[in-house]
Amino acid sequence: MAIRINGTETRAPADPRVSLLDLLRETLHLTGTKKGCNQGACGACTVLADGERILSCLALAVQFEGRSITTIEGLAGQDGMHPLQLAFIEHDGFQCGYCTPGQICSAVGMAAELARGAPSAVTTDLGAATVRFTGEEARERMSGNLCRCGAHNGIIAAITQTYAGAAL
Amino acid sequence: MSILDNAKAAAQGAAQAVMKKAVELAPDAWVPGGKPDPLIRSKHGLIGAPISRIDGPLKVQGRAKFAAEFPLDGMVYAAVAFSTVPKGRIATLDTGAAEAAAGVVLVMTHRNAPRMNNMPLFMTAEKAAGGDNLPILQDDRIHWNGQPIAVVLAESQEQADHAKSLIGVTYAQEPAVTTLAGARAQGADIGMFQGQPLKTTVGDAEAALAAAPVAIDATYTTPRHNHNAIEPHAATIAWHGDELIVQDAAQAVSHMAWSLASVFGLDERQVRVTSPYVGGGFGAKTLWQHQVLGAAAARLAGRPVRIALSREGVFRIVGGRTLTEQRVAIGAEADGRFTSIIHTGTIVMTRHNAMPEPFILPTRGAYAADSFKLEVEAVYMDMLANTFMRAPGEAVGTFALECAVDELAARLGMDPIELRIRNEPAKDPIEGLPFSSRHIVEAWRAGAARFGWARRNPAPGAVRDGAWRVGMGCATATYPYYRMPGGAARMKLTKDGSVRVEVAAHEMGMGTATAQTQVAAERLGLSMAQVSFGYGDSIMPGVVLAGGSQQTASIGASVMAAHHALTVELLKLAGNDSPLAGLGADEVEGLDGGLAKRGEPDRHESYVSILARARRDALVVEAAAPPPLETQHWSMHSHGAMFCEARVNAMTGETRISRFLGSFDCGRILNPKTAASQFRGGIIMGLGLALMEETQFDERKGRVMNPSLAEYHIPVHMDVPEIDVIWTDIPDPHAPMGAHGIGEIGITGTGAAVANAVFNATGKRVRDLPLTLDKLM
Ligand code: FES
Ligand code: FES
Repeated sequence: MAIRINGTETRAPADPRVSLLDLLRETLHLTGTKKGCNQGACGACTVLADGERILSCLALAVQFEGRSITTIEGLAGQDGMHPLQLAFIEHDGFQCGYCTPGQICSAVGMAAELARGAPSAVTTDLGAATVRFTGEEARERMSGNLCRCGAHNGIIAAITQTYAGAAL
Repeated sequence: MSILDNAKAAAQGAAQAVMKKAVELAPDAWVPGGKPDPLIRSKHGLIGAPISRIDGPLKVQGRAKFAAEFPLDGMVYAAVAFSTVPKGRIATLDTGAAEAAAGVVLVMTHRNAPRMNNMPLFMTAEKAAGGDNLPILQDDRIHWNGQPIAVVLAESQEQADHAKSLIGVTYAQEPAVTTLAGARAQGADIGMFQGQPLKTTVGDAEAALAAAPVAIDATYTTPRHNHNAIEPHAATIAWHGDELIVQDAAQAVSHMAWSLASVFGLDERQVRVTSPYVGGGFGAKTLWQHQVLGAAAARLAGRPVRIALSREGVFRIVGGRTLTEQRVAIGAEADGRFTSIIHTGTIVMTRHNAMPEPFILPTRGAYAADSFKLEVEAVYMDMLANTFMRAPGEAVGTFALECAVDELAARLGMDPIELRIRNEPAKDPIEGLPFSSRHIVEAWRAGAARFGWARRNPAPGAVRDGAWRVGMGCATATYPYYRMPGGAARMKLTKDGSVRVEVAAHEMGMGTATAQTQVAAERLGLSMAQVSFGYGDSIMPGVVLAGGSQQTASIGASVMAAHHALTVELLKLAGNDSPLAGLGADEVEGLDGGLAKRGEPDRHESYVSILARARRDALVVEAAAPPPLETQHWSMHSHGAMFCEARVNAMTGETRISRFLGSFDCGRILNPKTAASQFRGGIIMGLGLALMEETQFDERKGRVMNPSLAEYHIPVHMDVPEIDVIWTDIPDPHAPMGAHGIGEIGITGTGAAVANAVFNATGKRVRDLPLTLDKLM
């Protein structure tokens, strides 16, 4: 079985040690997904697996046969960039840009978690079918994505503009 | 040093002193910046416009290529093995299993590495960029715990990493100095920084302190820090014959090309270092051993090499900020006027680097006082070379100084802002030079009003909100205006009227490309779309370090010089048939796609027309910036007033920052959107310094114990409140564009503002960073 990456089927690597991150970066040259630590501590390698955010450095590529992966390169639609990508530019949600693809993919995955009612440490209504977007929810849920340049305010502003009030 | 050397040094010193005096006394107009940059007058154009980053679309789509993202034909991957002892010799080294492992192309150790020179140590020559000057795989000696001992090249990173784990090594250890006490016992030197001893004496500060009616005398400590840019260090390296091409993550491309040339015995022009995007630098993205190892291995294997350090690898071979122990004592009259400022202490460094963390620098310009005693003592350990990290000196120096001012204010029963303003100097307190631009009082007033400082309860521990104690604190931020020698720029005007500007400068997220495109377009009278700004390539003109917050000024002065040269050439080409006939370069300005007489916009000819009449396809000029004498003629600094509201949990001691405001006086702001991000970024790194950051060092083994982003904590989204930033926007008349670099000032003062807020909240004075909860329980 193949791995579907941004809509294109790819064979799983022969070497079972290859992480999904290295498959993306080194074999497919999809270098938009970044390697900041290779040990699950920074979030720079975040991609979406069937819509769920995962750390691709902690994922072995062979585990993803039959699954569908979306990376930063696959986020834009027919009519251009994803609204969150545009909001990141508008709100200056990055400086060096190295954590940025991970932040953006992570936020897209986070919106899906809110929509399906997955609670976080700061959620008060644990029984709600969907969790309401708040700045605090966003900050809590985005805390696995480190940014050393200190673009935090712009990142949260971009996410808020995109998802607050949107029907998730 | 021989007597002859001493005599030479003395003569040189005397000559320098004469020169320094001459520059001080020269008429303003002779000094760069003496005539204000005409751009300072343009108020409604691109300068000051909040333009989104021009590299934004690439970055948000993952299409900006970083150093480890250039694939090359036949490229192999490197893995580096590090020593696990601090000092001694390699006794046995078994590479057989590694060499036999699948995919392995080369195992390079001191036994087969090519002969190389040591790296030229940063700041010891104009273009030196090395983090240390030790032999790199040239012998069996170990100098620090974590030193590279072998490099494995293999067809894949997985194969290289695995083979590296098969290397067998034993050591003959030698006694190493790895404790602060042990280092002290070996004796101390006065730190030397930029060729000057870190020692300043004015009057008898100890006697004045003893005589002062009110005084504070305390010791503050700050731990080691690491930069931790999210992009780990990486380089993609290829040899073409004797030419070395390095795609690097670099904040000093020209320096690194020159330094690599000197390591490999090449001419500087045989090395090209490119670095279009850098995933954060903060002082760390200079030349460390990995680029040299990668280049040596590539030469030996005859294959291009990708060397991407693991996160642990960065901690092992790229230095960070060293620890400091600082005494600050301030003596004051009962009205708060300072009579004595003492700022002395100890830092740890190594014998193979040149960075005695200069924590006294902020104290040299912050306040007026009758007497000063400032001194940095260096002691030496066997450890990884420490280095420059965002606001070296000021980041930790302002923590001690500004906490002490707060402590003194409490003793005097004075408002800490009023105490600072009372000691505002009229001229540089040490050098006696006039300030080029200093509006810190305005910054304090504006910040206090906006932050609601008047609502602060001066009594410590008085405000409570449920489980939380709440307090407000403030501190002064300060960082010098630097401009280093060596700036140069090239401009190419094409017959369609567009211009390409090239400078060997850097974009690490500061917004350089965007702001400099704005500035160049404004200077030329073009739209941003008609201007492109090239940078990040050592074959471009200029020796421009992205460090010391000097890049903006360095590029600015270089582009001014190139623009002047372009204008001179254009006026020559325009000749007598032009409306511009007879005008000199200083009488015209860029306007509406051409040149016009200043104040007479109708006397205008477009660039397209000038080139067409002259039958030229293009006009290329290159010019060097004048030497940075302005920094010796005026005392030039950026300033800020930092305000923090902290909440400390009464039960657990946990500190949360609920509000923060930075009010800045940093000259003209070129792009408020990217500038706000830089200010905030500095402040957020300052919150990390205040609350959580520490590189833990095992004093028994000299080894960093938390070499990962899981164990070295930096602020995450949940730690960062909405950070408010405002600025005076008053141009510095003596700086290009009236602007100062602003990359470092945000981290200065922030640590003290937090500690002072925590004191106001709890009544507990923590003088030992970071302010972790165990210190507040
Ligand atoms: S690279 Fe995967 S979490 Fe850091
Ligand atoms: S933008 Fe540089 S690490 Fe986030």
